[in-house]
Amino acid sequence: MIEYFLCFVLFCIGLYAVAVKRNMIKIIIGLSIMGYAINLFFTLIGYVHNAAYPILSKVNITQQTSLNMVDPLPQALVLTAIVIGLAITIILVSISIRLYEKYGTFDITEIRKLKG
Amino acid sequence: MFDLQILIVFMIICSVVAVETKDLLSAVISIGATGLGLSVCFLLLQAPDLAIVQLVVEILVLVILIRGTVNRDGIDYRRRLWLPLIVSGVFIALFLVCVYYLINELPRFSYPIMKISKTYIADGFKQTGTANTVVAILLNYRLFDTFAGVTVFFASVIGVLTVMRKIGSKK
Repeated sequence: MIEYFLCFVLFCIGLYAVAVKRNMIKIIIGLSIMGYAINLFFTLIGYVHNAAYPILSKVNITQQTSLNMVDPLPQALVLTAIVIGLAITIILVSISIRLYEKYGTFDITEIRKLKG
Repeated sequence: MFDLQILIVFMIICSVVAVETKDLLSAVISIGATGLGLSVCFLLLQAPDLAIVQLVVEILVLVILIRGTVNRDGIDYRRRLWLPLIVSGVFIALFLVCVYYLINELPRFSYPIMKISKTYIADGFKQTGTANTVVAILLNYRLFDTFAGVTVFFASVIGVLTVMRKIGSKK
């Protein structure tokens, strides 16, 4: 069970970065860390001890008679989540580049002037 | 799974460095180390598809973040805001205490409840003709999930093109 707890420690580091840091790049890094932690947690939930990867082959079927495989469902969900995480990171970086061009800083406390 | 614990601790150390270092480029490189560690974790957790996808995505994220940070100011702003620090510290401590009690309610590590997945593993090859069960779930049983993912990615590409365009943006 220590794996689950370490995974949530990783999540909390990302949460700390999002809540406390004032640099926009640090906030993006915090969001990425939270995404990594959740992906890792889902994959940890589906792990079976001494099981094969979920691909049917002659080796897998002959070695494990009762089809002892890890859970493929969380892996399929995480595969989608990784790609969406990439999309989130791309759009956040492009917005922060734009804000840097406009304000000349990454500090979020400086960026509070709402003008067109 | 001692090797897995060591890898997660390595990821935690890398992310602490990424969050706390002053130089932005070092922070970006550290987050790259975290993501590659996650890729190795997936490999140890018997998920080769995830390891490949995570590797490719991590390299892309690294390139994009370096593009975002290079030649820009690397100053980590020194004046700390104490109220958010205290509030988030208290909240994170409470959260970790709750997690410590709640993970005992989950099924034990490496003994998952596989109600639906047993059907997928047993009948996946007969019903879909794919040897890889993850691909069978992704492209056959839960195709609409993948479809929504593609839609979100497309929407984000449209968003990036709208934000980054030169023509028509006011100075």
